[in-house]
Amino acid sequence: MWPGRCPASSSSTSCTTTPWAARRPSPRRPSPPRSSRPPPRRCLRSSSSRASPRARRKSPTYAAAPTEPNESRRPRMTTELVQLLTPEGRRVHHPEYAVDPSAAELRGLHRDMVLARRLDAEAVTLQRQGELALWPSLLGQEAAQIGSARALRPKDHAFPSYREHGVALVRNLDPAHLLSLFRGASNGSWDPAENNFHLYTLVIGSQALHATGYAMGVAKDGADTAVIGYFGDGASSQGDVAEAFTFGAVYDAPIVFFCQNNQWAISEPTERQMRVPLYRRAAGFGFPGVRVDGNDVLACLAVTRAALDHVRTGSGPMLVEAYTYRMGAHTTSDDPTKYRDEAEVEEWRAKDPILRLRRLLEREGHADEDWFAALDEEAETLGRRVREIVRTMPDPDPSVMFENVYADGHALVDEERARFAAYQESFVDAGRSN
Amino acid sequence: MVTKSLPLAKALNEALRAALESDPKVLLMGEDIGKLGGVFRVTDGLQKDFGESRVMDSPLAESGIVGTAIGLALRGYRPVVEIQFDGFVFPAYDQIVTQLAKMHARSQGKVRLPVVIRIPYGGGIGAVEHHSESPEALFAHVAGLKIVSPSTPSDAYWMLRQAIRSDDPVIFFEPKRRYWDKGDVDTDLDPGELHEARVAREGTDLTLAAYGPMVKTCLQAAVAAEEEGRSIEVVDLRSVSPIDFDTVQASVEKTGRLVVVHEAPVFFGSGAEIAARITERCFYHLEAPVLRVGGYHAPYPPARLEEEYLPGLDRVLDAVDRSLAY
Repeated sequence: MWPGRCPASSSSTSCTTTPWAARRPSPRRPSPPRSSRPPPRRCLRSSSSRASPRARRKSPTYAAAPTEPNESRRPRMTTELVQLLTPEGRRVHHPEYAVDPSAAELRGLHRDMVLARRLDAEAVTLQRQGELALWPSLLGQEAAQIGSARALRPKDHAFPSYREHGVALVRNLDPAHLLSLFRGASNGSWDPAENNFHLYTLVIGSQALHATGYAMGVAKDGADTAVIGYFGDGASSQGDVAEAFTFGAVYDAPIVFFCQNNQWAISEPTERQMRVPLYRRAAGFGFPGVRVDGNDVLACLAVTRAALDHVRTGSGPMLVEAYTYRMGAHTTSDDPTKYRDEAEVEEWRAKDPILRLRRLLEREGHADEDWFAALDEEAETLGRRVREIVRTMPDPDPSVMFENVYADGHALVDEERARFAAYQESFVDAGRSN
Repeated sequence: MVTKSLPLAKALNEALRAALESDPKVLLMGEDIGKLGGVFRVTDGLQKDFGESRVMDSPLAESGIVGTAIGLALRGYRPVVEIQFDGFVFPAYDQIVTQLAKMHARSQGKVRLPVVIRIPYGGGIGAVEHHSESPEALFAHVAGLKIVSPSTPSDAYWMLRQAIRSDDPVIFFEPKRRYWDKGDVDTDLDPGELHEARVAREGTDLTLAAYGPMVKTCLQAAVAAEEEGRSIEVVDLRSVSPIDFDTVQASVEKTGRLVVVHEAPVFFGSGAEIAARITERCFYHLEAPVLRVGGYHAPYPPARLEEEYLPGLDRVLDAVDRSLAY
């Protein structure tokens, strides 16, 4: 008879590969017992001076992290926010993460962010005009997306969620593909192999496993390729993300888990998703995690590049938490004024990723007014092109419904396709095709 | 000709071995499939011969198994994953339904996901709960998946090889109560198409349509009915998505009567689909309404009651009597 299924054995509670996890004290104050915790919202708005999840959220440490002895082969796990560029546009030295882009590269990063923001703004407008069914805005997350995407090599693979329009632009994906998805003219349509940019994934967290499986394949091939899987703070609550961490770790897959913690999962704040800073979750799975200022494009570039280099060595995954903020709505369907304070938005407005780099470019004399003006013109051209693409986009031929359901064909699909064609044909015969 | 007499489980093992030998991109993944050889020993000895990188013991996480198999397929591999038991597939249901089934269509044909999901399914072995279910209709409802279930060792061997060669995701339901049934397997055979139904026994009075574990039961019922002077035809569907309605239609046009038999609950089951379609196709040939025999609209019962729940010889013969009484 069959032996039945054994439950997973729970052996040690400590993780031998992450000694720092046990030693490093939590910067967070000890939690009160769960029953005496204040309700997480409403009351907090009127008591901002009190130590609360909101207050904690507002004060990530911006200072450089002190270094710590480390016996492991894994890189050190930085517990504080890695920052290389202050909101005022001043450079900050970080002992572990450095990047020294040329003036042209700095201008390139700025250009990418401006174009991503312009694409996004145009798409939001088009949705308001009824031309798109939905649009998830990336406003505020330009640095996290451009910095991480610019860290990729051409052969690396990116697995997006559904908001990675900036990553898509960097990977040379024609915006028409993104727009057709959100117009409802396709369900994806692009070839992931063309730019190594995989399909958007709307079910939260699913792509973390696809990225991990892909990276497992890369490891088997012995290829010099790394994989980056994007997801958000809300997705960190999904089982698939936890399972991706497990699979990535136990198979030493060359994957960077890149979480854009934009603070809100539709209307639910991060306090509804986690009680421990997200990047620290990596320690429990046996790989390093680091939190980066997600509004600092230089830090995102440096940290992601270091993370990709780390995973390329065959040492297993790395988690990067880009601490950022979604300035707009989750998608055009929700109204953030119903669930969050304008003061919070204002606070983050001061940390704007584009303004920050522009200040650096101006301060260090890398770009003049003419250059910025030319970039504005380029952005306007992109905006016009986006409008043009959407307004001239044909509806797909109805027969597309039956195409590619199966690779090898399927009798039922063939039968229904034929029936549908005959039905359509009947209108033509009756002279009522229009 | 290389014909061997093998139990169904061993035929599956031979199919996996042949697939691993013939295509370096074929990978096996699943819980306990390596050293242990799977809880039913279907993968016995394969890790020893092909190594841990091709026969991979997985973490205990079904969504992870299917989700990473999707990623491996995107990288060009052909993963064959094992879900340990039917009732454990549901943690992976989301990945199968929202991702695996749809990605080929979503990408307008640019992505192919040749993933095979092997699921030992069905009751009759006295198991505890979640170890005896027949969830095939839940998957057959989803476009983009192919659903098959062999009933003989020969089909087990060939259908698994064909499933692995298919560029479509295939859910391969293995009739676990038939794992130990022996039969001839000709490994040089030129098999028919994966989706083609097979007339397992010829007859003139009534058609029994079944797949997987119920084919044997239906053949036994046909033998018993013969003693009562009734000639029963048995059609082994082999594939639940697509269903080879042409073969069923030809049989029903000959016999005028159809009884569909499966272990899964009758309500919204594959029998309902077959009854509806055959009624459309064969309305003027039918001498009786299409009848269905299957499980009840109740959770699979404790094993001590499963003989009452599962369609056995008597329940099939009762349906035959009811059909012939019209």
